[in-house]
Amino acid sequence: MAKINVTMTVNGEEVSGLAEPRTLLVHFIRETLNLTGTHIGCETSHCGACTIDLDGVSVKSCTRFAVQAEGSHIRTIEGIAHADGTLHQLQESFRQMHGLQCGYCTPGMILRAWRLLQENPRPSEDEIRHGISGNLCRCTGYQNIVKSIQHAAAALNGETFAEAAQ
Amino acid sequence: MIPGAFEYHRPKTLVDAVTMLASLGEDARPLAGGHSLIPLMKQRLSAPSHLIDLAGIGDLRTISEENGALVLGAMVTQRALLASALVQVKAPLLIEAAQQIADPQIRALGTLGGNVANGDPGNDMPAVMMCLDASYVAQGPKGMRHIKARDFYHGAYDTALAAGEILTAIHVPIVAGQGTAYEKLKRKIGDYAVAAAAVVLTMANGKVATCSIGLTNVAPTPLWAKDAAAMLVGTTLDAGSVKKAVAAAEAITDPASDGRGPPDYRRKMAGIMLTRALARAASRAA
Ligand SMILES: Cc1cc2nc3c(=O)[nH]c(=O)nc-3n(C[C@H](O)[C@H](O)[C@H](O)COP(=O)(O)OP(=O)(O)OC[C@H]3O[C@@H](n4cnc5c(N)ncnc54)[C@H](O)[C@@H]3O)c2cc1C
Ligand code: FES
Ligand code: FES
Repeated sequence: MAKINVTMTVNGEEVSGLAEPRTLLVHFIRETLNLTGTHIGCETSHCGACTIDLDGVSVKSCTRFAVQAEGSHIRTIEGIAHADGTLHQLQESFRQMHGLQCGYCTPGMILRAWRLLQENPRPSEDEIRHGISGNLCRCTGYQNIVKSIQHAAAALNGETFAEAAQ
Repeated sequence: MIPGAFEYHRPKTLVDAVTMLASLGEDARPLAGGHSLIPLMKQRLSAPSHLIDLAGIGDLRTISEENGALVLGAMVTQRALLASALVQVKAPLLIEAAQQIADPQIRALGTLGGNVANGDPGNDMPAVMMCLDASYVAQGPKGMRHIKARDFYHGAYDTALAAGEILTAIHVPIVAGQGTAYEKLKRKIGDYAVAAAAVVLTMANGKVATCSIGLTNVAPTPLWAKDAAAMLVGTTLDAGSVKKAVAAAEAITDPASDGRGPPDYRRKMAGIMLTRALARAASRAA
């Protein structure tokens, strides 16, 4: 099938590339744009490792065709840190609160948490757990991921989060 | 997991989409949120040669109130539905059901039209729409028609939608004073139902005045349990009457045996969900 030229804005930069209609967005991001921070866990829409931000919502990029993203604004894990290279508060909080072990789920978790904290800057623990219910982690048991997000939310609101990592 | 090859089309108007669907024939399929279709295509259980993306058609995304009904565009996502103040006030049952569909990422793209047109008995909205007596607006080469949700589902992935027709909107009647509830048993958050029940009822002087019941994922199609609901009208929802109605509802189920359990278990769970939904709907009726 003939390839189509697709143009989108990724992490603030306009990029384009050729994609077959059946090319999944996650493959386009990883293999055409060479942004391999977005992971593929299940490829069946279940695990959330491929989560990116697309036009202001969290989506699973394994369940979208690249051609559908024509003209979209996308953010991936490569676009989360500040321009000067310092870590975003969420990345810093995941580091401090041990929100990762193997790190495979982390890009998806951080992208989802990044949007969640914009949708709801002061989420309760329950809202965080529901908010990340589309993201699986095989290592942490989620406790420290939830705490990382609570820690980041507090810091972004100028407050302190008293609990320690487990 | 790569889907088979296809040609991608993104019409800007409904007329163009309908014309395209008609001219491309059997092998063309509409693409909405893609969260049922793309997984099927990855497994090669579906291999359309043309996908007609409905995302470019702006007027399928509106939510409004017209002549005593909520009118929901087919491309309204579950996320947009949940955020709508109008829906929250006029049809809280839709909110309760949408909250239990999949996860935030899937709700961000999955559409109402896709959920009801898909024909998968696991989808939650069809039984809810049957329960609410919603109707679907279909646009095809021969024009526009309304199809009642209660007449729409013929079998698994077999619906009343004719070849070449696109579902454009869903009309949900707004009835004041209704108590509603959706009870869904699932193995884990984000999963399809083991069994689920939707109830809409009104009460007068402590007795059930009207009642409607929908059941999800306990037969090849969603079910509208008409006889069970009729048995409850005029009762106070006393334990004996509820038991009889629940037995009548269980009797029309025909659940599949899969990872969600054997048929007998799922039939019983449908009854339990219905019992809970009845109690909660009654507590909410004005
Ligand atoms: C992991 C996972 C868990 C899920 N859990 C649930 C759940 O718990 N409950 C639930 O209800 N759903 C669940 N879903 C399915 C999800 O809600 C889908 O989004 C929904 O079933 C289909 O909507 P869509 O917009 O994605 O449609 P698509 O996948 O784009 O389309 C589905 C089908 O409907 C047709 N179609 C779509 N729109 C139209 C239209 N306007 N007119 C005519 N035909 C049309 C398509 O051609 C296709 O055949 C889950 C999905 C995943 C991946
Ligand atoms: S890789 Fe996309 S959800 Fe698992
Ligand atoms: S840290 Fe290993 S999967 Fe989450």
